[in-house]
Amino acid sequence: MEAAMGLMRRMPPRHSETALSALLSLLPHNSSDLLSQVDLPLQVLSDDDSGKRFILCEYNRDADSYRSPWSNKYHPRLEDAPYPSSKLRQLEIEANDIFTVYCDQYYEGGISSVYMWEDDNEGFVACFLVKKDGSKTGQGRRGYLEEGTWDAIHVIEVGPEEETTRYCLTSTVMLSLTTDDVSSGTFSLSGSIRRQMNMNLPVADGHLCNMGKMIEEMEGKLRNSLDQACLLLSSLELPLHVYFGKTREMVCTLRPPSEVLPMRLPDS
Amino acid sequence: MAEEETELSDKQKKEIAKWFLLNAPAGEIQYVAKDLKFVLNNDDVYDEAASEAFPVYNKSHMICLEMPGRFGDVLVTSYGELQGNEYLDPKTAQVAIVDHVKQVCTEVRPATDEELSTPYVEEYRCALEAEMLKYVGEAYPKGSCSVYCINGKDVEGPGYDFELVAVISAARLSPQNFCTGSWQSIWNIECKDDIQVLELKGKLQVGAHYFEEGNVQLDAKHECRDSTMFQSPDDSAIAIASLIRHHETEYLASLEASYLNLPDATFKDLRRKLPVTRTLFPWHSTSQFNLTREISKELGIGNFESLQLFFACLYPLFGVQVVE
Repeated sequence: MEAAMGLMRRMPPRHSETALSALLSLLPHNSSDLLSQVDLPLQVLSDDDSGKRFILCEYNRDADSYRSPWSNKYHPRLEDAPYPSSKLRQLEIEANDIFTVYCDQYYEGGISSVYMWEDDNEGFVACFLVKKDGSKTGQGRRGYLEEGTWDAIHVIEVGPEEETTRYCLTSTVMLSLTTDDVSSGTFSLSGSIRRQMNMNLPVADGHLCNMGKMIEEMEGKLRNSLDQACLLLSSLELPLHVYFGKTREMVCTLRPPSEVLPMRLPDS
Repeated sequence: MAEEETELSDKQKKEIAKWFLLNAPAGEIQYVAKDLKFVLNNDDVYDEAASEAFPVYNKSHMICLEMPGRFGDVLVTSYGELQGNEYLDPKTAQVAIVDHVKQVCTEVRPATDEELSTPYVEEYRCALEAEMLKYVGEAYPKGSCSVYCINGKDVEGPGYDFELVAVISAARLSPQNFCTGSWQSIWNIECKDDIQVLELKGKLQVGAHYFEEGNVQLDAKHECRDSTMFQSPDDSAIAIASLIRHHETEYLASLEASYLNLPDATFKDLRRKLPVTRTLFPWHSTSQFNLTREISKELGIGNFESLQLFFACLYPLFGVQVVE
């Protein structure tokens, strides 16, 4: 399993689906471990009842059907499928409504879905998902990206309800973008990063408020580490210990920008 | 999902193994090989896959190997490939015998006359090599370069075309810091005798990989063309090397620009730094949110856009500070 995850860490993120299916066929006995540990680009289905689209993940799946957060129905239809308790479903409905507005404000489009389910220790788990297609042909308003997707998965385990409740957030962002123009060729960045954050928060503020703030902070951090990296560009000597900064640092140490070298033109 | 899988044949396993090896980022094939061996748990299949994948990988990544006997380094490229595992190093006129899977050069032997170009072509190749080595030494902290003649090796004098190719390969591997990176340039130079023109075609490729707590890979490619006058070997070499320097410097600058554009322009189409309202999301007011939803329903402004507008007007009331 460790070796399999080692391979996943090195294969091009763009080909993570191929890599995963290859591993599944080599290690059929580890399939459930592999499927739970490897994040793949999010898929979307259309909910005919509400006319809205929803995101598929392990947490709204039963057999080959997926529950829509909008209509609470499984697609395709499924008998005896699990549903959250009515109290939790109420919170789920509310979370979906609010998260839609949140996503519209940060992502200017995109699809969001929130799923909740009871866990074994009297708490519950919530999964907030975002999928944004920022390409020219998708929902990229500025049209910079030939291709560009941002998939975010936030899973929050909420402990048993006490005055201060424990929230454990694991976030994964999968990013892929390509720009292409005549003068600079194609430039493509793709990858995934995962981070965790734990907090004890007063339950009086409400679960949604607590979870929402953690997600917003986490997304900001992930987004910032991208920015930070790019702002530090000018000073190459600085150790850029930020994710996307690293890849850039690598390129520039391979070939330092050569302002220092006077241009020599052919003698005419 | 839990369907009974039929056991893969060894041939299928080998193909999968090759896929993993060939997709290893620059400088990481040995790490991939180690994990893969473990996952395959079948040394015969692994050995066969490795013997087929490593030569392809080594050539496409233009790896640089040290030749025994103070001959310096040799680049493993398809341009220098002779028969078997032999690679010509035109600089030293030596042929390196390479163990692809171990990624080492085991032996060297002097090149035969047939493996080298004629004195006429060699003069051009050699002059360009000298200029390129100078340039690569200045511009790349750890770069290697080779100049091959790939067409018209037997041209004895003026009146015929020949073609050179100059390759640059640089890699920086620091697995202990969880990152690797590589730069490759391939410059084809067609020496057209009849029109007295040197035509250049460049392919530049950059890759980088960061893999601590994630897996982020950069991949950039660029192609360009240029031409200059066919002159004496020395003058041609200087002209070609200047053009290469010019194009590569320009490309590096545009790569820089791509990075600089990432935070503000490029990423913005994916996720904004701040919401459109330029304030943090008012999670505290989610009860108000439900209220506004009710209100908007009652007011009959059910459509989303008006709800948004309505919302935007309400934000200042919530007293959330702007964090820019």
